[in-house]
Amino acid sequence: MIKVEFLGPIGKAPLEMEADTLADVSIKLKEDSTLREWLEKCAVALNDTMVNDLGIVLKDGDKVSILPPVCGG
Amino acid sequence: MELYNGPLDVKEIFGRWLDEQADSNYGAYIPFVGTIRAEDDIEALSFDIYEPVLQTWFDTWQEKAKALGAVVKMAHAKGDVPVHTSSYVSAVFSPKRRVALELIDVFVEDFKANAPIWKYDVKNGERIYAADRSTAMNGAGLLA
Repeated sequence: MIKVEFLGPIGKAPLEMEADTLADVSIKLKEDSTLREWLEKCAVALNDTMVNDLGIVLKDGDKVSILPPVCGG
Repeated sequence: MELYNGPLDVKEIFGRWLDEQADSNYGAYIPFVGTIRAEDDIEALSFDIYEPVLQTWFDTWQEKAKALGAVVKMAHAKGDVPVHTSSYVSAVFSPKRRVALELIDVFVEDFKANAPIWKYDVKNGERIYAADRSTAMNGAGLLA
């Protein structure tokens, strides 16, 4: 089981799901129509490290964070 | 890296950073102050920060600065920051001015593009995500 958290303005409660790779996470999140628009604009962190590869293998207890567009300062 | 609830005490932070580096033999100290402007009838801006990724981002910049013989510093506000107060300060110390002048430019621009901080306008007490001023981070769209 992995945990997916939605940061900043997305305003969605964290989810837990079974997923072997980030590609699995993508498939499951896209089932939620309210998330599809966000996913196009969001970057991803795995256990607080930014990642850019759908093939990354996940393990039990991993945390996937969804980061929407930013504007600090 | 320093995070504060509400507006920054800019004079205290810059004064303290100056004191901390007083004996470091840096010839240049370039500060940057971000101040909330009164526009579009906002009362304040408000900020959410994801601290673990921000810390990693900042640590990477400290390493880049170190390789140039320089030091980068930053402080940012969380929560509401009223107009005409400061939400963000940063600075670069370096032995000579050229490195600090160039580094403050790229550091602040990368901060705007990749620091995990979300901005909201505050109007009539309501927080409204500043979607049109926000930038998708490197790697955005991976799960789309």
